[in-house]
Amino acid sequence: MDILPILSTLRRHKVTAFLVILEIALTCAIVCNAVFLISQRLERMQMFSGVAEHELIQIQAVSIGKQNDAAARAQEDLIRLRQIPGVTGAALVNQVPFTNSSWNTSVKLGPNQKQATLNATQYFGENLLQTFGTRLVAGRYFNADEYLDFEAVQRDQKLQAKVGVIVITQALGERLWPGQSALGKTIYLGETSVRVIGVVAGLIRPALFNGDASAQWSMAFPLRMNVSNANRYVLRAAPNDRDRVIAGAVAALRKADPHRVIIEKKTLDEIRSGFFQNDRAMAGLLVGVCIALLVVTALGIVGLGSFWVAQRRRQIGVRRALGATRRNILNYFQTENFLLATIGIALGMVLAYGINLFLMLHYELPRLPAVYFPIGAIVLWLIGQVAVLGPAMRAAAVPPVVATRSV
Amino acid sequence: MFAYYLDLAFRSLKRNKVLTALMVIAIAVGIGASMTTLTVMRLLSGDPIPARSAHLFYAQIDPDPTPGDRKEPYDVIDYQSAVDLWSAHRADRQTLIIESPVRMRAPDVNLPATMPTMASITADFFSMFDVPFQYGNGWTAEDDTKRAQVAVISADLNQKLFGGANSVGRTLRLRDTDVRIIGVLKPWRPSPLFYMVAGAHYANGDTADLYSKTEDVFTPFFTGLELNDGNFSQYTCWHLPDHPGHLRNSPCVWVRLWVQLGDSSKVAAYKQFLDGYAAQQKVLGRVARPQNTRLRSLMQWLDYEGVVPSDVRLQTWLAFAFLAICLFNTIGLLLAKFLRRGGEIGVRRALGATRGAVFAQCLVEAGMVGLIGGLVGWLLALAGLWLVRQQSVPYADLAHLDASMFLLTFVLAIAASLLAGVLPALRASRLPLGLQLKTL
Repeated sequence: MDILPILSTLRRHKVTAFLVILEIALTCAIVCNAVFLISQRLERMQMFSGVAEHELIQIQAVSIGKQNDAAARAQEDLIRLRQIPGVTGAALVNQVPFTNSSWNTSVKLGPNQKQATLNATQYFGENLLQTFGTRLVAGRYFNADEYLDFEAVQRDQKLQAKVGVIVITQALGERLWPGQSALGKTIYLGETSVRVIGVVAGLIRPALFNGDASAQWSMAFPLRMNVSNANRYVLRAAPNDRDRVIAGAVAALRKADPHRVIIEKKTLDEIRSGFFQNDRAMAGLLVGVCIALLVVTALGIVGLGSFWVAQRRRQIGVRRALGATRRNILNYFQTENFLLATIGIALGMVLAYGINLFLMLHYELPRLPAVYFPIGAIVLWLIGQVAVLGPAMRAAAVPPVVATRSV
Repeated sequence: MFAYYLDLAFRSLKRNKVLTALMVIAIAVGIGASMTTLTVMRLLSGDPIPARSAHLFYAQIDPDPTPGDRKEPYDVIDYQSAVDLWSAHRADRQTLIIESPVRMRAPDVNLPATMPTMASITADFFSMFDVPFQYGNGWTAEDDTKRAQVAVISADLNQKLFGGANSVGRTLRLRDTDVRIIGVLKPWRPSPLFYMVAGAHYANGDTADLYSKTEDVFTPFFTGLELNDGNFSQYTCWHLPDHPGHLRNSPCVWVRLWVQLGDSSKVAAYKQFLDGYAAQQKVLGRVARPQNTRLRSLMQWLDYEGVVPSDVRLQTWLAFAFLAICLFNTIGLLLAKFLRRGGEIGVRRALGATRGAVFAQCLVEAGMVGLIGGLVGWLLALAGLWLVRQQSVPYADLAHLDASMFLLTFVLAIAASLLAGVLPALRASRLPLGLQLKTL
């Protein structure tokens, strides 16, 4: 196929050609970035939590009446909850993943360090890690005799020194002591120090206010909660049993203490789904925008293609009369579109890169991976070819006899 | 002449329905998307209380005694500083604000107990923020100091508990204390819930929650503190508090202080007062960084906190890029349409129409496409806002197209189509006359 005649025709239609190029370039730039944003959101929605998500249930219950013995109340609640058929674990904890409410503290690596190294979250609750179903990768979980009552520790500053041990996540260990095993290391929290006795594969923070990079900076302490300082009951049950267990647990909690308000009863799957709600909505919106953009661009190409075909009817007739086949005419318009698309795509790549730089600056996005460029190019080439097919076929159908009329 | 152009435009649009439809769709989709996001953006970035915002200020000091070189104070202040500053009464009006979840029942209404959020505030709150009352009133400064057991409730809660009737004089049980309802608010929906905004700049733009509804129960500050003791949560602490949830005299920050200052001299005087207080507390060893005092106006505070969700901002960018593409599309199609009519234009020119007349006629046609596109775009924007309302974002119920945005839809649509029409109209009006006539 000869490209030169096409180029010389395009030179006579600079403005229209330029518009098509610009439209393709903008579409290419925006679609590349939008698809990248979608992939970022989808990736975020897959975020690793480190807990047995499909098996966990959270029930938030607040006691109304005066609590004379909050600790005994908590123990009785947990015993009743564990008796529910299907429940394989129960714990009363201070915080739960994906609930957007968290207890955090500054972490230092030495007793005299002035500025904290980082800020990590604190999980409290007897049997919390076992119930959550975290995976131990080194060391051990807490022994029963290592647990202290949170209330007592809070009341008596001296007891704080007795807490002594913690379990942390692999990611936190790697961040604090890169390349070393965290086991046996000591960290300093306020005036007390604690030794790492166990490392779990992961345990996500309940809220990601400090950014996704610190999502796994979590610590678990051997502290026992009671109903006056915690209200989140976490239950573990097989996925199919969860609905039944929720009903049973609410009944059990009400029975144990009729003066209770159940604030929330949800599976962790539901909680997680709510947590990523915004990401899902945004991804959906971006998909819609991408489709709409591609459709609008395709319609634009159809419109201009039709116009050109109508305008060049006589020229096509002449070519046909001089011996050009239908296929030649078809190819002519297809090649023309391919040329325009190629220039547009090249321009679009530069623009896509620029938009990405802007987004990196304002929305803390990573760099656009190079793979998006060839994919974007292929998509736009395809769309261009599909869009121009109709007008090109109409052009190919122009009979040679047109050449003889009304010149 | 204009009517004639309109007629011509109408005929021309009817002649090639496909091309017309393509242009209208392009404009409509672009306008629909832009107006949807623009409406949401305006809703979220607007002034929550236009009549008063210029005189409302958020006061901050840095009460953390631990050394360090932090540049900004915490977003909220500690109890002692808050009460000291409040009770000095140096501003025209001032209010302390804290919130806590509280167990609530209406003893004479047969509904189960719930856990709404209670705002505990001082008397000036209602007058400062222009809070509208349906029934009754707020409380007096005397009620604050007397720890009067009274409450003001939201219109929502009044509807839920009392079916919207005048509930002034009825009783609410908050935790274990009975309080008397003395006021019921009219529906009041500041957006964002500006007086509670704190800590948002840590949220990385994930700030949709700032646009939720107001609290359901308002109690006097000290009354609330007493009746819900142990249930308050801190913003942050530099030591663990001795009793969790009990934050009076704790090493924690958790209280907001808003002041109303009538003019700039009062603002300067209040800032001086804050500085003086911080310096004096430094002498007492309670403050390490006396220079960290701030007195931001309401809009400055919202800016500093970055309350507009970053997703919404991104969507607005996207919508306008989309509109740009739709415009390029329309330019191309208009060009195609006008140049195709070279013969007709040639005849008009030969009969004496000036270039300006041809240009005007083409623009009228472009504007007509814009008008129809705007109409369809308006429907699309309504559909888009309906979609926003279906989402479970806290500001969903606010997403409506008001009169000014309705007008803006058409202004934007016609402006966009005229802009798109300029180049094609220019080209059409410059077509060489002879050539066009010859081809007829």
